[in-house]
Amino acid sequence: MILRYTFLRLLMLIPVSFSISVVIFMIVYLLPGDPIDNLLRVGSSPEDRAELVAQYGLDRNLVVQYFVWIGNMFQGEFGQAIVLRRPVADLVAQNLPYSLTLGGLAFLFSSTVGMTLGTISAVVRHPVLDRFMRGFILLGSTVPGFWLALLLILFFSVNLGWFPVSGAGGWTSLVLPVLTIGFGGVALVARVTRVALLDAQREDFVTLLHAKGLSSGTILFRHLMPHALLPVVTILALRIGWILGGAVTVEFVFGRPGLGSLLIRALGQRDYPVVQACLLMLALAVMLGTLIGDVAQASMDPRIREKKS
Amino acid sequence: MLSVRDLGVAFGAVEPLSGVSFSVDKGETIGIVGESGSGKSLTAMSVMGLLPLIGGRITGGRIVFDGQDLTSLPERAYRKLRGGRIGLITQNPMTSLDPLQKIGPQVDDVARLHLGMNANEARARTEEILGTLRIPEPALICDRYPHQMSGGMKQRIVIAMALAADPDVLIADEPTTALDVTVQAQIIRLLDDLVKQRDLALVLITHDMSVVAQTCDKVVVMYAGRAVEYGPVETIFDRPRHPYTQALIACIPRGLDDTARLTGIEGTVPTVINYPKGCPFHPRCTRAEAICATDPPDFSVEGDSAAACHFAEVADAQSA
Amino acid sequence: MKVSSMTARTLDTFARMSIGRAFASGIGMVAGGFLILLVLVAIFAPWIAPFDYAAQNLMNANAPPGWPHLLGTDEFGRDVLSRVIFGARTSLSVSATAIAISMAAGMTLGAAAGYFGGVFERAVMTVVDLTWSFPDILIALIFVAIIGPGLTSTTFAIAIAYLAQFTRLTRAQIVRLKRETFIEATINLGAKPSHILLRHLMPNAIAPVIVVGMLAIGDGIVLEATLGFFGLGAQPPTPSWGAMMSSGTAQLFLSPWVIIFPGVAVAVTVIAVNLFGDELIRALDIRDRLRGA
Repeated sequence: MILRYTFLRLLMLIPVSFSISVVIFMIVYLLPGDPIDNLLRVGSSPEDRAELVAQYGLDRNLVVQYFVWIGNMFQGEFGQAIVLRRPVADLVAQNLPYSLTLGGLAFLFSSTVGMTLGTISAVVRHPVLDRFMRGFILLGSTVPGFWLALLLILFFSVNLGWFPVSGAGGWTSLVLPVLTIGFGGVALVARVTRVALLDAQREDFVTLLHAKGLSSGTILFRHLMPHALLPVVTILALRIGWILGGAVTVEFVFGRPGLGSLLIRALGQRDYPVVQACLLMLALAVMLGTLIGDVAQASMDPRIREKKS
Repeated sequence: MLSVRDLGVAFGAVEPLSGVSFSVDKGETIGIVGESGSGKSLTAMSVMGLLPLIGGRITGGRIVFDGQDLTSLPERAYRKLRGGRIGLITQNPMTSLDPLQKIGPQVDDVARLHLGMNANEARARTEEILGTLRIPEPALICDRYPHQMSGGMKQRIVIAMALAADPDVLIADEPTTALDVTVQAQIIRLLDDLVKQRDLALVLITHDMSVVAQTCDKVVVMYAGRAVEYGPVETIFDRPRHPYTQALIACIPRGLDDTARLTGIEGTVPTVINYPKGCPFHPRCTRAEAICATDPPDFSVEGDSAAACHFAEVADAQSA
Repeated sequence: MKVSSMTARTLDTFARMSIGRAFASGIGMVAGGFLILLVLVAIFAPWIAPFDYAAQNLMNANAPPGWPHLLGTDEFGRDVLSRVIFGARTSLSVSATAIAISMAAGMTLGAAAGYFGGVFERAVMTVVDLTWSFPDILIALIFVAIIGPGLTSTTFAIAIAYLAQFTRLTRAQIVRLKRETFIEATINLGAKPSHILLRHLMPNAIAPVIVVGMLAIGDGIVLEATLGFFGLGAQPPTPSWGAMMSSGTAQLFLSPWVIIFPGVAVAVTVIAVNLFGDELIRALDIRDRLRGA
């Protein structure tokens, strides 16, 4: 049943990924000036130009061009970076692992710490703790990521010298970036966990669980937690995209290699083949994140499994 | 088996329940009737020791079960009683089962917890009980999720959970309110059979006087958090002494022809924060006089029944 | 004419009742007071700022906070306080304009989708849900990639990033309202769609949208600052909170105040917007309606 659900959700991704790829493909054409020039170095020879036109079918109509382009993308053929003068595929391959490590750790950090904090604040329900949590959540969801990153660098790297200011050498260089992205994530996950647990506690069936003679601990872990997890999983799945968004900023601030810093640099240099490849990869990651979230949710909730299959 | 004496319940400073008394023995059914908001469900929660769950506390009176006072029972000991010796059937079967878990494990819990059974024994017991409740193909049902079943079927599952550990007392809090009329009758008949077969003490909370008339041995009529009249079911129906009871009985629809008139009671049930002074029923009472607005009436006992009305004796004289 | 006066009246009542109530709480008053002050500072920036925001003085570059430069100077010797004050102008106007555009477009789309339903609704909502799952910064970056860096593209990038939110919310409100008896009655009486939409549905749907708009201005400020920080937003010498920080880590060693103060401005403003928004939600009692979207 869950396989069938996954398959159906995958099918639903097809139109979505199609529209996104069209938008990203169109970037070059919506730019002012000749699209071919946007893909070429300034001062390229007519021969280079002719080669590019031939390779991508740029003399044919837009629809054909799109399919040539997307076909190349599928084969990992991302074209040639204009400024960096290397195959875009190499650049992506080089930067992707850094983004995955950072994103993965930040995701792990925000989910574990966030859920623990949220559960504690829902179970303990102490006014001082409540106020602290509310303040933390407010800060976590409002303070701009790049500024937090700068403050952390100022305090921990410049003043205390605990962590490197920038770069990606060793695990110490990961601490501050993960904390920066995780801060907002932890606050969000904690809030959702807390609200979901409090909501679940108010459900009718909880009365009956108590009436069966189950202990509060059993009820919390065996019955309430699964319910609280549902919205948390939804948020975390959506958050995969946001964590990538955060990674874009954080990579840039910390001068870490990664898709995000590559994208920002390419945007500044108007290196459009790189921009397109980065955006496509990030979009793919967001969609996969939502898909994983939906499937995880369906595996936990029998009602969802049946509704859609 | 179970007796409640002068029970009072408070939430913070408000006291939605006071002076509730009744008792019930094995093989006996007591009905607690009243409109919504009269404190029926609170009474059930008090007996189950679940008031803290909704933020309430017992302020006075005693709940005696099998010789021990439950109001001072520690939580750990109380947990053994809940589901073990006192079973609860809740109002809305649609929401009273955990939607994320299969039926089987939810019922198995009870036998494992209270009868010390292992998973296989508990499942065998679950299937046996589902069978006795006339649920077809118990093994199949155990593998289903709550949302795959009808309301009546779910209520049977809830009843099975309440029965799994062979309790002495069953508290059914409006067990049929959320169900279709035809299913209502089935469930009520089922409960009635269980009382006889298993020698249970049943506390049936309802707002339906006709259900009371069919199944109960004794009745407590509640109004605005107070018991206003109690006694054997025949006495209550033949010679109701409290005007509120009389009004409730008058509300029972009789006959099937269109001319049969449905009467209602003028006014609405007061909410906890504005319980009237004196007799709580006086603003809606047709018989009220000046004293009713100032002095709360005492119970006037007559044989094994009692009514909290200043004019209870007058009513006796009239009906005699 | 009638329509606009009706909407105006609704808005007026809305404003007097709920904003008054939001101010009534301690937090609401502090947050709201701060925001009013900030708007005044932005409007009267030229009279308040102690120095010319663009005046360079390389002799006095990277001066720490003190007299006469209360918040210090940046690497070109420009007064940080004056730049923060003028930056409020940029940040607030860009964000507010962007959200206004986003709100207008989102309400139109959402109302049309919710009212007419069918294929149109499905098409709109597919696109909207698509952008909804993307982080705002990514949407903004795609947009900046197309029209290039600058304040105009920043404005539109923010508008597009939050379009989904307003469309979803408005549609949810309209769909909910359409089921209510008084609307059904109006429809059954044969009223024109435009009449129903503008006269009955929109006035009732508007409160949550306005509150979300208010909260979105905070998000917009962060987004503007982030784009500015990347060097893709305001271009020099226009002062913007984000652009002021774009010198980044290099400046942290020399003159951290150049980074700290604009960041404080962003953070405090966004927190104030959120706190005031929360009070508005409470005052209007619309938390449930926001959840549904």
